[in-house]
Amino acid sequence: MLKLTLRRLLVAIPTLILVSLIVFSLQKLLPGDPLLTMAGEERDPEVLAFLREKYRLDDPFHVQYLAWLGNVLTGDFGRSLRTGVPVSTLIAQKLPVTLQLAVMAIVLALLIGIPAGILSAVKKGTATDYAANVVALSGVSIPNFWLGIILIMVVSVQWQLLPASGYVPPTENFLQSLRTMLMPSFVLATALAAYLMRHTRSAMLGVLSSDYIRTAKAKGLLPKTVILKHALRNALMPIVTLTTLLFGELLAGAVLTEQVFTIPGFGKLIVDAVFTRDYAVVQGVVLCTAVGFIFMNLVADLLYVVINPRLRHPQ
Amino acid sequence: MRTLFATVLTGALLAASSAWAQDFRIGLQEDPDLLDPHRARTFVGRIVFTSLCDKLIDVDAKLNFVPELASEWAWSDENKTLTFKLVEGALFHDGTPFNAEAAKANIDRARTLQDSLRKSELASVESVEVVDEFTVALHLSKPDATLLAQLSDRAGMMLSPATFDGDVAANPVCSGPYKFASRVQNDRIVLEKFADHRDAGAHHFDRLVFLPIPDSTVRLANLRAGDLDMLERLNPSDAESVRGDAALQFMPVAGLGYQGITINTGGGERSENPLGQDKRVRQAFQLAIGRDVINDVVGQKLFEPAQQPFPAASPYNSPSFPVVQRDPEAAKALLAEAGVERVSFELSFGNNTTTQAINELIQAMAAEAGFDISLRPTEFAAMQQDMKSGNYQASQIGWSGRVDPDGNLHQFVTCEGALNDSKYCNEEVDRLLNAARVTPDVGERQALYEDAQKILQDELPIIYIYHQPWPFVLSGAVSGFTAYPDGMVRLKGVQLSK
Repeated sequence: MLKLTLRRLLVAIPTLILVSLIVFSLQKLLPGDPLLTMAGEERDPEVLAFLREKYRLDDPFHVQYLAWLGNVLTGDFGRSLRTGVPVSTLIAQKLPVTLQLAVMAIVLALLIGIPAGILSAVKKGTATDYAANVVALSGVSIPNFWLGIILIMVVSVQWQLLPASGYVPPTENFLQSLRTMLMPSFVLATALAAYLMRHTRSAMLGVLSSDYIRTAKAKGLLPKTVILKHALRNALMPIVTLTTLLFGELLAGAVLTEQVFTIPGFGKLIVDAVFTRDYAVVQGVVLCTAVGFIFMNLVADLLYVVINPRLRHPQ
Repeated sequence: MRTLFATVLTGALLAASSAWAQDFRIGLQEDPDLLDPHRARTFVGRIVFTSLCDKLIDVDAKLNFVPELASEWAWSDENKTLTFKLVEGALFHDGTPFNAEAAKANIDRARTLQDSLRKSELASVESVEVVDEFTVALHLSKPDATLLAQLSDRAGMMLSPATFDGDVAANPVCSGPYKFASRVQNDRIVLEKFADHRDAGAHHFDRLVFLPIPDSTVRLANLRAGDLDMLERLNPSDAESVRGDAALQFMPVAGLGYQGITINTGGGERSENPLGQDKRVRQAFQLAIGRDVINDVVGQKLFEPAQQPFPAASPYNSPSFPVVQRDPEAAKALLAEAGVERVSFELSFGNNTTTQAINELIQAMAAEAGFDISLRPTEFAAMQQDMKSGNYQASQIGWSGRVDPDGNLHQFVTCEGALNDSKYCNEEVDRLLNAARVTPDVGERQALYEDAQKILQDELPIIYIYHQPWPFVLSGAVSGFTAYPDGMVRLKGVQLSK
């Protein structure tokens, strides 16, 4: 297990370098000069020259990249061109927000998706199955931003039940924090739950038709025991992969949902940064997201071993 | 157990949002940039500064200069010295006193700091002299009619000199009615009441919370849900529903800025087309555009038609140039005179729903007069760079506006102007606008601008379309608010009944 972890971590290093290199070059390809946004409406040429010098924007590409990489290795991600705040501070501010949103969304999605998937597999071909499928399909098809705005209109404006948007840290007011995050995480969860439901359903269908299930049923076990203990455990493997990958994606920030609900997470940070050509912020966030994604992949691999004891002693 | 859980959850969900009673929450369209008045660049940042940093002078709702940290001022030495008498007893948020030394330190910082964006605004200042503890004199290299306007904005904001060496933007220490408390980028800026402010009695809130909410519909939903007390820059498409909502107060005001079409008239290859080269084609294009149609259809009556760069309230807005009415036949006649039948060009614009609607309307109206416009929706930063490098034919873009007329015109049309993206150059215009800069007398200045406009309205490097409005919306519980043409939120005397 330890060996596996170490090996995976080593493999991650070239991946991260490649990711940062790609992002760095893509940004340089973007039209638009960060200085024109930074120097303000007036664009004083003297200030432009000073800033160009200060942020080394005239250096050749590889010099800029290596300078950045060198700083990152010493823990310095640079400063936001737009606000002057260190990128590490920004990441430290936004990461808990994005994490909270991701965790709440994935928990909601699991709570909805897995029972629905099991139910529709067990009741295959019945009205319940069709209903679950229709709901799942709508979950994937309804755009997040639309659902978000509708929820705000109905739940916040009409019924005045939940705050319309914003963010309250859980350390400041735990209940208020859950309340503000409930709608956005639900919006995110609708699509995720649909994927989870579909995958749970097909995995369960595969398992339910296998021989050992027939044997278990023949032994006279309760249907509940057969489904939850025997079938579900084997069906879990693809769901674990899917869940960790979905979670990794959530860590990259949910751009549209964050925008609609004005949640100050990674998604909003990176969109603003791209629009103002705030290179240092884009780089830092992408790197951080890549690390998160790689980490979630590792978690998936380790979870397999936990769920499936057969993987513990590879031949 | 299950019941308990359900109870807790329901309780959690229904717990009324117990916001602090004396908070005032303002929804902003964007997140401000650096909170250092000498290095800040955005319009939205100035809204925060208005409560955070007092200035030497301010403007009133009619754009007259009024005292703030300076109680009176006078010109002398053939308009080359500007002397301010400062108020006594003003304190910075760190408790240090505001005096002439502090004013000098600030103006010197604003004009010498390497990345100060105020340098060009204070270019005429040669030296700052401390006359006595509460008198400061600015000595100029030449008369500067724009200086008072600059000092009524960020260039005149006073920071505590004791904090110059620290990270000013992370913790700005000024002398305004509210002091900086905290900021989370893209989320909120919180200011707290400064109890020692000389006007503290007229400021009624314990905390101000500025919340950037970029989507106008969501911003409005937050106001309706009671999560905001006011918002700035309502989308015109929401104006109808706000006007009909008895729980809200709609307070639009015509701003200082404009939206218009900048035409590449001299910037290399892409200006070499009939539109860029022949003023008659530009005049025809202007005749093809119905500014009132844009106001009715897209602007919901908020886009007051503009013919000149100066706002209607400005004394420099001249009656000699009334808004040109749409006349496709006259446009066609002009095109025929110029020897072209149909003109095609590309019109770029920063993409959002409002600009898209405006530009599609322009495209349709101009088509009837003989223009084939291909629209190029683009992202704002990319458009700015294209314009600067002359890689465009025409762009629909605006300017947030300045109190002084010079700020709305000089840099855009003088040969060396930093914002002259038309690459327009006319020596006579340069001469007139440079003269207007150093002429403090309003009557003489009016005549200079009038002469310059005679040329510009004929040659049309920029076609002004409408005056930028500042539509504020407030909850019904707010009283005492006045909308100012500069779009700032001044909270003196504003109250919230809850």
